[in-house]
Amino acid sequence: MSGFLNDFFDIPSDLQHSWPGLIGLHLREALLPVLAGLLTALPLAQLCVRLRWLYPPVLAVTTVLYAVPSLAFFVVLIDYTGQTELTVMIPLAVYSLVVLVPAIVDGVRSVPRETLAAATAMGFGPVRRYLQVQLPIAAPAIIAGLRVATVSSISLVSVGALIGNQGALGNLLTDALIYDRPVLAVNSVVTTAALALSCDVLLVLLRTLLTPWMPRGTRGAPRTGRPDAAAPALEDTAR
Amino acid sequence: MNVLNFVHAFFGDSAHWHGYDGIPHRLGQHVLYSLLALALAAAIGLPAGLLTGHTGRGGNALALIATAARALPSFGLLVLMFVLLGLGLLPVMIPLVVLAVPPILVTTYEAVRAVDPAPVDAARGLGMGETRILLRVELPVALPLILGGLRSAAIQIVSTATIAAYVSLGGLGRYIVDGLYQRDYEKVVGGATLVAVLALLTLAVFWAVARLAVSPGVRRR
Repeated sequence: MSGFLNDFFDIPSDLQHSWPGLIGLHLREALLPVLAGLLTALPLAQLCVRLRWLYPPVLAVTTVLYAVPSLAFFVVLIDYTGQTELTVMIPLAVYSLVVLVPAIVDGVRSVPRETLAAATAMGFGPVRRYLQVQLPIAAPAIIAGLRVATVSSISLVSVGALIGNQGALGNLLTDALIYDRPVLAVNSVVTTAALALSCDVLLVLLRTLLTPWMPRGTRGAPRTGRPDAAAPALEDTAR
Repeated sequence: MNVLNFVHAFFGDSAHWHGYDGIPHRLGQHVLYSLLALALAAAIGLPAGLLTGHTGRGGNALALIATAARALPSFGLLVLMFVLLGLGLLPVMIPLVVLAVPPILVTTYEAVRAVDPAPVDAARGLGMGETRILLRVELPVALPLILGGLRSAAIQIVSTATIAAYVSLGGLGRYIVDGLYQRDYEKVVGGATLVAVLALLTLAVFWAVARLAVSPGVRRR
């Protein structure tokens, strides 16, 4: 057993990282793009909410961009950004953006008209109304989008291994083949899945913290006639 | 150097248009593998989703499956199956199907669950059996969402089948993986273009199917 564990954590030196080091690298490569995507998606979604005619074309463009396979995206960028971390992070940021924009738009749009009217009547300006009324009410939908973006981003970083060892934990996969050590592939899959699940759980906790007014354990809650605002975001889950 | 130059050079080279490594053959392979994986995934996911959606049971289990499946790294699963099972179609098909079933299953479940209960009650009142209710009332209404689930699954399969070239699957990914090893960037970019076009074609096919198959009464909502 200890032999297996030693083998499991014996990371080949060509990766120049320890196991925790690879985890840190993986998280950075996966989460920074999600953050960038979120920061871009918020204003873009607000624009789509304000200008209704803008949303259908934006939705079409995002659907098309999301369909482009990650490997194709990576290799085309090599010409511009080289075989670097950035080449992996740019497509991941685009994918996150593409998942988040519809999630945020649907979330913000799901805010009832009366609630907005009440906020205006209380003297809220547009900025304060957005920050203190619309965003909090849209939080569950936004977090549902963030969950999809984060988990798929963590999974896709591994593909970076194909463009010159830019895959963090994914590099273990190529090394598993090079050195004929299946245990490295097991390590990569288990660690990546564990990272994805932990981030998912953290985001669910964050939602519970951000929306104290919602019933705990929404899964058991009775369904209302209107579909959940978070549902469309969950539709395009994995890729 | 511009990427467009590479694309132009790749498609302009007549050597790329015939033979085993030619574009028609590689494209055919990619489409064939993708269709096979999608058919297998649909054969598992659709009936299970329709059934659970109709009875309304097993929603929590499905949510759990969906979360777990989303957490699985596609490339990791491919390499792992390859190391464990060796060369062949089976080690590639397993991850492709495993990753495609959850979107189909969960969306189908959600779609059937979201059907307006009034027409379902009306159908039951008319004396329709449960099977007929599912197939004649719930399925047509849920079809747009179900097709959406199939579309995400298909897109994912096309994308993952590209990566599968690394573990020796044929198809368009071969150009990218081989090109990277041969330092033939023209080939890499040509392959990437083909893969992207195929993904967009998949979108277009699903759009067309939705136009044809979804009843006009449902589409207008």
